[in-house]
This record gives sequence, structure tokens and C-alpha cells, in this order.
Amino acid sequence: MKRSDPVSPVEEEVEPSGVSRRDFLKISTIAATVPVVASPKTVLAAGEEVAVSGPGKVPISLLVNGEKLSAELEPRVTLLDALRNNFNITGAKRVCDRAECGACTVLMDGKTVYACSVLAIDAQGKKIETIESLSRGDQIHPIQQSFVDHDAQQCGFCTPGFVIATKALLDKYPNPTPEQARKELAGNFCRCGTYAGIRGVVHAGRKGA
Amino acid sequence: MSPVTDKDKTPYSWPDAKDRSVIGSRVSRVDGPSKSSGRAKYTYDYNPEGLLFGLMVRSPYAHCKVKSVDTSAAEKMAGVKAVKVVQGPGSEIFWAGDDIVGVAAVDEGTAEDAVRAIKVEYEVLPHMVDDWSEPKSAQEDTGPLSMDDLINMFQNQVPDEDVIARVKRDGITFQPAQEFLDAAGKEGVDKSVLAAIRTAQIKPAVQKPKSPFKKQAAKTQGDPAAAFKESEVVSEGLYGVPVITHCCLEPHGAVAAWGPGDHIEVQISTQNVSGMAGQMAEPLGIPASNIHMQQQNVGGGFGSKFSPDRWAIVAAQLSKQAGGAPVKMMLERRAELEVAGARPSAFARVKLGAKKDGELLVWQSSSWGTGGPGGGGMPPIPYVFDVPNQRLEHTSVATNGGPARAWRAPNHPQAAVLTLCAFDDMAAKLNMDPMAFLLKNIEMTGPRAKTYTEEFAKADELMGWKSRWHARGDKTAGPIKRGMGLSLHTWGGRGHASNCDFTVYPDGAVEIKMGTQDLGTGTRTAILMVAAETLGIPIDQIKLLIGDSKYPVSGGSGGSTTIGGVSSSTRRGAVNALKQVFAKAAPALNATPDQLSAKGGKVFVTADPSRSLSWKEACARIGAMPITSQGKNPNKQEPPDLTNSGAGGVQMADVSVDTETGIVTVNKMVAVQDCGLVINLKTAESQCYGALIMGISYALYEEKVLDPVTGRMLNADMEHYRLAGYGDIPELVVHMMTGKGYDERGVIGLGEPPVISPGAAISNAVANAIGVRVPFLPLTPDRVLSALHKTTSSKGVA
Repeated sequence: MKRSDPVSPVEEEVEPSGVSRRDFLKISTIAATVPVVASPKTVLAAGEEVAVSGPGKVPISLLVNGEKLSAELEPRVTLLDALRNNFNITGAKRVCDRAECGACTVLMDGKTVYACSVLAIDAQGKKIETIESLSRGDQIHPIQQSFVDHDAQQCGFCTPGFVIATKALLDKYPNPTPEQARKELAGNFCRCGTYAGIRGVVHAGRKGA
Repeated sequence: MSPVTDKDKTPYSWPDAKDRSVIGSRVSRVDGPSKSSGRAKYTYDYNPEGLLFGLMVRSPYAHCKVKSVDTSAAEKMAGVKAVKVVQGPGSEIFWAGDDIVGVAAVDEGTAEDAVRAIKVEYEVLPHMVDDWSEPKSAQEDTGPLSMDDLINMFQNQVPDEDVIARVKRDGITFQPAQEFLDAAGKEGVDKSVLAAIRTAQIKPAVQKPKSPFKKQAAKTQGDPAAAFKESEVVSEGLYGVPVITHCCLEPHGAVAAWGPGDHIEVQISTQNVSGMAGQMAEPLGIPASNIHMQQQNVGGGFGSKFSPDRWAIVAAQLSKQAGGAPVKMMLERRAELEVAGARPSAFARVKLGAKKDGELLVWQSSSWGTGGPGGGGMPPIPYVFDVPNQRLEHTSVATNGGPARAWRAPNHPQAAVLTLCAFDDMAAKLNMDPMAFLLKNIEMTGPRAKTYTEEFAKADELMGWKSRWHARGDKTAGPIKRGMGLSLHTWGGRGHASNCDFTVYPDGAVEIKMGTQDLGTGTRTAILMVAAETLGIPIDQIKLLIGDSKYPVSGGSGGSTTIGGVSSSTRRGAVNALKQVFAKAAPALNATPDQLSAKGGKVFVTADPSRSLSWKEACARIGAMPITSQGKNPNKQEPPDLTNSGAGGVQMADVSVDTETGIVTVNKMVAVQDCGLVINLKTAESQCYGALIMGISYALYEEKVLDPVTGRMLNADMEHYRLAGYGDIPELVVHMMTGKGYDERGVIGLGEPPVISPGAAISNAVANAIGVRVPFLPLTPDRVLSALHKTTSSKGVA
């Protein structure tokens, strides 16, 4: 691996199998020979000076469900892992960890994102809403109630992601066509086979939720 | 509880339909709000104080020997709290992804860094991952039999006469100790076989040529040769189902904390709360009573989560090394798919003989398949139909894929494909409607013939089968061809051993404790429904505690045994509690205990309901100390038997196939299912809907693809291990057979049966649409196109 050229990370020659997303970020900063103690750090990327953080822990603060949460985290930590491991907000689940299954779906500035594929450091300054934000104590959100009514959950591990995705769908299309529902819910998978119930939730739409 | 009138009935009997207000109704699952709100806690969500994150170094090779392990760099890393060599130098590794070294660190990033800093040298050995090619090179096994050979034959149910013949012909390699014979006898090995072993000639072991193939189960019934001569129509075909992976959304794993006095607290993602400690005690070298196991929710198991696996053991060992800090060891997704899930494959060449009128005379099959390094047994073929003349042989294929785990209805979905697809091809050759063909031979299904006949009639009505069915090959113009297929299935589903404790407090509060678990099937809700029905009070007045090894032992949730077990123990426990409440309340009502009933929140005189106490008032008569009672299943002292065995179901599929792209779309599926007395109609239907969806998934998409070159799983992620998604699901119709003729059978499990038929039904529908059989599932576009164009498919079988 070349370690001296301040090239952009994507041009680095890295072993395809041995390097994780987190490594990748770490390597890219090391590759740029950033002095570890200097702050703020900058590197040359595509001919421009860019500020970098890490690879050690840096202060990160997030706005989650209306609450400001702070922690010292390595820049490689994902939003999902920060929520789950550092703030004990565990409604969003880690399943595929690679933006394939949707179990970690949260809202970022009102849009659905896979929390496993957003770095916590990049989520700063954004409004994060997790499944927990939809209910107040025992008072659950109408869409959450609709999941109960239509028995749209079994083991329940995909459910928080599906509830968020369904809320986003119904916010966008209050009475969605089957095609709109297929498209908007295509990013989530269930293993127990609860789609029939979820279809009931979608069909009931906002009026049923 | 209602009074006992029928003389066959006891107070424990299930109430008659007219007396039921809860059982059989549709009740929303009680843990629904906690799940849909994200509050439900799973093992993966458990974050105790001082938690360390565990991770494994995994073998990159499918078959190798560990030469050396150097953990020194990892041990020196800041934040690494424990390193444990799991399989050290000299260990032979039989599948890629197997555990080599475990680490525990303060955060996940550090654990990943530590794993990468561990240097392991391997001696790479040859591997074999091809289970789909016909094992033509399989040699007949010869030479004296070792103890392992014999155990293998027992496990594969090789017929007694064959075992005896082998033992007499070839001898054995060991002195058969009495303990071995006793143990074999206990496992059900016949006395004649034991006698043959006892008197066998002992010969020196010979070096047998190493072969992944092993001839196993063989069977001959009737006179197959004569039956083929008698047959007017003969049909031959090739069928198969590959290895698929469980893909539990919550991966396997545990959080273990090694506390003072060698007491261990474990949260584990399991189907088997009561059965875990016993499996962990020996490897950890501590008494099982020192292990406290808990689990509130489990994110999927499907048969794969009965053992603590090495992961929970290593988590506990790492915790001990780290001074007792809790260690969370959850499998990363790649490992979950590669090593923690495998449904055995099954392939077969099947030849059938029948009369022109559709009477099936003879079945002949040569099957093979793998369950991983241990080979694999024969699925129960011919499935459901006891064909009068049969000849079967099976070859077990040992591969370097991960070891098999039970998968929802073990071996039945494979057996259904091998059997019902072969039957469908025969029906096509006879130019018969396959439903008519199955009904013509339905007596071969034995005691369930009537059930299947009724179910076909219902399914016909729901699918419009008779009016819409066409002969094989959709003759309409255009590239999109439409067709229908069907299948049927059975499963045991008798309730497992289950115990529970009831406590009724003087204020009317009721608490139930049971060491069971709710996989998402609705177990909690079913227990509460039975208790509420029996005590005559609302569900929300009863507190249910499950998921803890300190509660009364209840069986693992597998084989559809849970609902029969927990409903029976709950019924008996509730009746026993109620008897005591009646005894205390009777004087206040000027009655004897046997004159009382409980319903609608009241305890009243059966003959005069106006003489009543509210449940709370009745319980106030208990006195200061609460009442306790136990419920147990099975329990011959408290008859009748409340659970039963033998569910039956039929399914139909309607598909469209794009003959230009090979893409299969399911348009509609119908499931008609019996499971005796239904406790909760809502969650029972959900089991069927879920099974149809899971079935569509394995019929069309799922296959654990192992690379012959590297021996590794090529699709160990959720993009390439494709599950059916929301958009892949057609119209689904579920009908539960209930009422007279069904309810009185007692409670029968439902988790497995409806997942058995979809593969066969969809494959048959595709054959009906395009006019040719696609031999192997999943019915991917490449397989459909190669079947259409009679070219060699990607799996090398024409």
C-alpha cells in the first residue's frame, strides 16, 4: 500500500478482503501522514486542504429525539453503533451492517437513512429521530398501533426499521398505491414473513393509523 | 372454567366451543406494542455496565490445519481485555468461518483491530463443497465397522437387516463394551442388531479410502420390480433443494458475565432458555446451577438456536479472563450466514410407475444430500404417501460447508419437493389434474386422508383450481406463461414437556412463571389466553414471566412443540389454582366448590349465576398468604391429554413466468391448514402467512452458494443472499380448519407445517406454466431458462 501520496482514499490500493469500512477511514487518514497530535488537522485531498478528525477519539455530539447527546468517539463509529453502544438507544437494530436490510432505519432531517451506513461524526448537526421518538410512555404512535392490530410483526427484530420506513411512506403518500408501497418499502427485509401484516398497515394508510 | 358434564371430561379438558370466549378468538399479541415501539429488548440490545465487545478470528479456509497462532500484538493493544485461543495449533478446521481465537475489548473498533493483529498460520487442506453433483463415484462401503460407522448407521436409520448383514460380513473393529450396547439399546437399536454386534468377529481396522460419499439408508418395500412391470405409465425425473442459511435477523450470540463464586449471568439469543445451562456447564467446568440464563426476546431462530454454541462459551471464558466484565459476543453478519445457518440439501432421481387411471404403484429413488462435514440423512421420502412398492437408496455427502442446523420442519420441505414434484410430473404424463391424481391415491396418506380431502375441497374453492387449471404448458400466446401447482404436508407437533407455577394473590392479582420463550410466534399471548379463559378474568389482569432459567422448566421451542406444551401446562396450572380459589370462596356463596364456575370476572354458582362474587372478592377469601399451584405437561394424573400430534395442510400456488427473462412471479397462494384446537386465530394465521412468505423466499431466491475454488460462501451478505421482500409477496389466502372434527383433537403445533409445501407447490406451478420441470430450487432465472432451452444449468445438471 502506498502511504506517502496524499491521494483520495478511493485511489488507495487496499486489499479487498482485509479492510473494513472503518479501517478504510482510518487508513485514509494515516495515509495522508497526519500528525496525530495536531489540531485542527488538515490533509490535501484533490488539491484542497481538508480538515480531518481522528483516528483517535474526538468529541461528537448528536441531536437524537430532541435531546443533545455527547460522547468521545472514534470517527469510524457509525451512527447506529453510537446510538446503540454509547447512548443505549437500541430500537434501531444491527442486522446486515451494510445498508442492505433496513433494520437500522432512522430519520435524519426527516429522511429515512440506514444508520449503519452513516458515520456518527457526519450525523452531527442533523436532526436524528429513532423509533423511540414515535411513542410517549405507553402511548404508542398510530402506525405502531397499526402494526399491532395487523399482526405485522413476529420476532420483531425488523419491526422498528419497518415502522420508520412505513411512517415515511405514509407521510409521503397518505394512501399509497401498491407500486408506491413496493418502492418505498423495498429497502427493508423481514425473515419471519410479516409482509402480509405490513400490507394491512399500508392499506389502512394514514386513516387507519 | 365450566362445569364438567360429559363423563369423559375432567376439569382439565378444553372447554367446549360454546363455553369458550377467549380460546379460538383473534387476540393481538400482548408484546406487540413493546416490539413496534422499539422498547422490546433483545440479547443484542443488552448493554450492562462495563460491557466488553467480543469478536472472533475466523478461519479463511474451508479445510485446513492451524499451524501457529500469535496473539502477542493483540494482547498488548490498549483496550484489549482478554484473548482466548479457541482452536490452537494442530486443530483441523472443517469449514470456513470456524472460530480460531476470541478477543474481548472495550469497544467494537478495538476488538476489530485486535482480530486483525492476531497472526494465524494455516496448512491449507483440500476441500469439497459440491453437494449437487450426482455421487456416481460413491463406493460401496466395505471393511470392518468402527464404532463411529455403527453410530452413523443407527443415526441414518439403516434397516436392521442391512446392519446385521454388514456386521456379519465385515466384522467390527472394537470390543463392544456393555455400556456401548446399553446406550445403543436405549437409543432404540433393536436387540437383534445388538446381538449381531455382541457376537461379531473383531478385525483390525483397515485404512478405508477417504470419500465424501457414504451409502446410507436403503429400503425396499413390497415388490418394486414386479410393480414396474405392472405399470402402464412410468415417469422419471430429477429434483433438488440446495443448502440454504437461516439468516436470523438477530444473529446468534450471548452476553456473559462471570461473577463472584463462579456464578455466571448469561443473556442469550436462544430458542431454549431452560435447556441452556446444562449445555454450558461442562465446557465451562462449573455446575449448571451456577448459570443463570435470561432472554426477553429473540430475533429469529427457525431451528438454529438450541445450543449455546461456542460463542456463548467463549464469551463466558473471555469474561472470566477479563475479571468478570460482561462480554457481548454476537456474530457479525458474514459469520451468521456462513457458519450459523444451514438447512441440509437433498437431491434425487425419482422413478414412478402407475396405472393409466392414476393408481400409483411404485416409487424408486436414488437420493443424496449434505448436512455439512457430517454428511446427511435421507429426507422422509416418499413424503406423506406410503406407496405400496418402494425401493430407496441414499448417499450422504460430506462437505466443507458449515454444519447443518435444524430448519423449520427439518427435512420435510426437501421431502415435499422430491415427492410432490415427482408426483406432479407423473400426473402430467398421465394427463391428469394433479389434484385428481393425489386424491386418487389419498388413502396412501393413512389417517389424514379425510383431512386432506376436505382441505383440497376448501383450497379448490379459494383458488378456483378446477375451473382455472390447464394441462401442462400454458398454450396462450406471448412470453408470459401462467400456471398452477399444489402440494401437501404433515407434521407431528405434539406438545413438549412444560411446567409452570401459578400464584394467585389475595387482591386478585395472578402471576404465571414458566421457563419458556416467545420466538415471535405469540407464545406469551397464547399462555395468557388459556389462563384468562380458565380463570374467567381478562388477559391484562395476569402477569406472565418467561425467559428465565430460574422459572419452571419448559421445553425448547422447536418442532412446533411449544404451543401444545405451554397451553397444556397452563390449563392444568390454572385449573389447579381455580380449585383452591373455589374452595375458599364456596362458603361465602353457600355452595360447595364443585358447584362453582368462573367467567366474565366473576366466581358464581353454576346453577344460579346471580349468586356470585367478583374475582377480586373471591380472592379476598384466600387469606393473607397467596395460593400457589403447578401445571405440568404431560401429566397422566391430570387427564385428559390436551395436546395431539399430526397436523395436515395443503397449498396451491399460481405463478407467472416470463419465458424471455426466466423471472418467476407468484400471483397468489392459498394455504389450508389444520392444527387441532386453535388457541389464537390471529397469530395462527400469521404463522401461515409467514410460512408462505418464507416458502416463496426459499422457492425463488435462497441458496447458500459455496465457491468450489475457495470453499467459501460467495453470498454471505443480505444483498446477495436475497430474501423475499415486501414487493415479492402476492395475494395470500389462509384458511384454518377449525370446528367439529378438528377442535376436539387437542392443541397441535403450527410453526413447521405451513412452511413445508411452498417449494413443491411453486415448482409445480412453474412446470405447469412453462411445460418443463426446473429440477432444482431456487427457481432463479438462469435455472428457468436452462430448463426451457434444455441447456446445462449453472449447477451442472441438465
